[in-house]
Order: sequence, then C-alpha cells, then structure tokens
Amino acid sequence: MGIKSMKDHDFRDNETLDNFKNEGGNFLLSTVDALIDWGRSNSIWPLTFATACCGIEMMAAGASRHDFARFGIEVYRASPRQADVIVVAGTITNKMAPVLKRLYDQMAEPKYVIAMGACAISGGPFYYNSYHVVKGVDHVVPVDVYIPGCPPRPEALLYGVMQLQRKIKLESIAKKRSNV
Amino acid sequence: MENNRLQELIKSFLPEAEVTEDKQFLTITIDKSLLHQLAEKLKDSVETRFDYLFCESAVDYNDHLMMVYHLDSTTHRHQLVLKSKITDRENPEIDSVCDLWETANYHEREIFDLFGIRFIGHTDMRKIFLDNDWVGFPMRKDYVDTINVVER
Repeated sequence: MGIKSMKDHDFRDNETLDNFKNEGGNFLLSTVDALIDWGRSNSIWPLTFATACCGIEMMAAGASRHDFARFGIEVYRASPRQADVIVVAGTITNKMAPVLKRLYDQMAEPKYVIAMGACAISGGPFYYNSYHVVKGVDHVVPVDVYIPGCPPRPEALLYGVMQLQRKIKLESIAKKRSNV
Repeated sequence: MENNRLQELIKSFLPEAEVTEDKQFLTITIDKSLLHQLAEKLKDSVETRFDYLFCESAVDYNDHLMMVYHLDSTTHRHQLVLKSKITDRENPEIDSVCDLWETANYHEREIFDLFGIRFIGHTDMRKIFLDNDWVGFPMRKDYVDTINVVER
C-alpha cells in the first residue's frame, strides 16, 4: 500500500498505521519494490534439471507448443549460478538428494524451488515399500510451489509458475525473504 | 535350432543338466559348480553359439537364491534359459561369467549390490548403485529397513 492511496481516516486509525509500518510502507520503497518484483517475477530462469518423466513435460512446456517463455520463465540455464528457479521435475533418490542440495546451495539469491509432480511432492508411487526414494523434496530443500500430477501437464506447470510469480510480486526488499 | 535338437546337444555336453521346456524358453537347471563349464560350451560350440547374454538376474525364493541367465545366439537365432540354485544365503557365491560375456560385468555388480551374491572370478566386484556404506541387500525378501521404508 502506498502512502498516496491512504484515506484521511486511515491516518487516524492506529491499526492501519501499524500495518503500514510493518509493511515498511513508504512511497519510495514500495515503488522500488514494485519495479524489482516486476523484473524478478518476469525473468525467472529455470535450471536445466530433470530426473524423470516430469522432465519430458517440462521440456514440452518449454518447447514451441506451450512456450513458457511467454510468461518470462525464459531460458534454461545449464549452470545453477545463473538460474533463479530449480524445477524439481522427477523422482529424487537418496543418492540424488545431496546433488540436489548442492545445486540449490550453488544458486544465487533470490532463488526459488518448484516441486513438480507426485514424486517431488511426496515420493508419489514410490512412497510405500521403497528403500531408495526421498519422500518429498521438502526434506532436502525449501519448496515454494507444489504442482500435483503424475506427471503434471505443461498447463499445470505454467499455472505453478504463475503462482510463483504472484508470490514473488508480494516480496519487499525491506523484509528478508523467509526461507519458506 | 529346434528345442528338441538343443536338448539332445545339451545332454551330450553335460548329462547332469536338467532340461525342461517352459512356456517361452527352453530351461536348463544345473548345479552351480558345473554352470561355468556348461556356459562356456554353449558359447563356444559351433552348433549352439550362444554369443549374447541378454539378461542376467537373481531371484529370492526365501529358502534359496536362484541365478537366471537368458542366452541368445545372434547366428542361429535361438534362445535358452540357464538356471542355477544357490542354497547358502549367508555367504552366497557362484562362478562369474563375465569372462565369457562382457555384459555380465555390470549385471553381476548390480546383483552383488542388491542380493549380496559374490561372483568368483569377477574382475571388479564393487557396488554399482548403492552408497559404499550401505548395509543389507534391498532386493532380498527378508530385507527390513525401518527408517526409509513405509510398509503397506
């Protein structure tokens, strides 16, 4: 909320002012926030990382038919140093988990994680009677958006990405991003 | 080659071999001490020429383990299944066939990893999938893991 949009009676209401203060509301900051959030949310570059069939759907989402570059989730980066979001597309095994963690740690802030598909959310079909699958990547890295499906269609991935964009648009540089 | 002709040949190689005709493949059950000898003959004999091991696997039957070899000949286009029983579950051992078929190298490492069967004469008997500090053999029927496995 910007200071200009505040009504006269809101200035006399302590609760509104407290909220305003907590949000770090000031005209300059909220404008800068709006600019930064606009930029960040419209240029989230994903890491080239896919471990199972969800990766095929992710590739389809990136290819010309669905083309998620339209939403600014632009170009797959082969290096975690250049990526903003890691889409965990597929099963993460106990042996893969340290690799995923290292990739996440190597990414520069601000960084986001999308858990795509049943395997990444909970282990999915490998939840029962399996000795080798991590039961949800949130055991390893903090997850921003979960996309259900086995595998989710490209449209579902697009929707998930748009949810992530909404989430990014609520951020403020005055507040430190909570680690989910 | 026809299955009955194959049967006769195998009987002439090794009379101890127990031959049964299964739904899909001709199956030969043999003592594990004679396995390598028979496999070598099947590969090198001009009439059989089993030059391709297209599947090598192990089965856990609770009271014993079983090694299963699926063989194919690229010249004669006939198939065969070799089976060999391993009764010792505590310290299971069998002769390696990776000197005959190179592909057995990785297969046997995988079986060593998941079933704990040691292959005598294998050149590189290391784990292939699991971590080096892994305890137990996950594909065994009696495998229990209370930490990772959710039973259903």
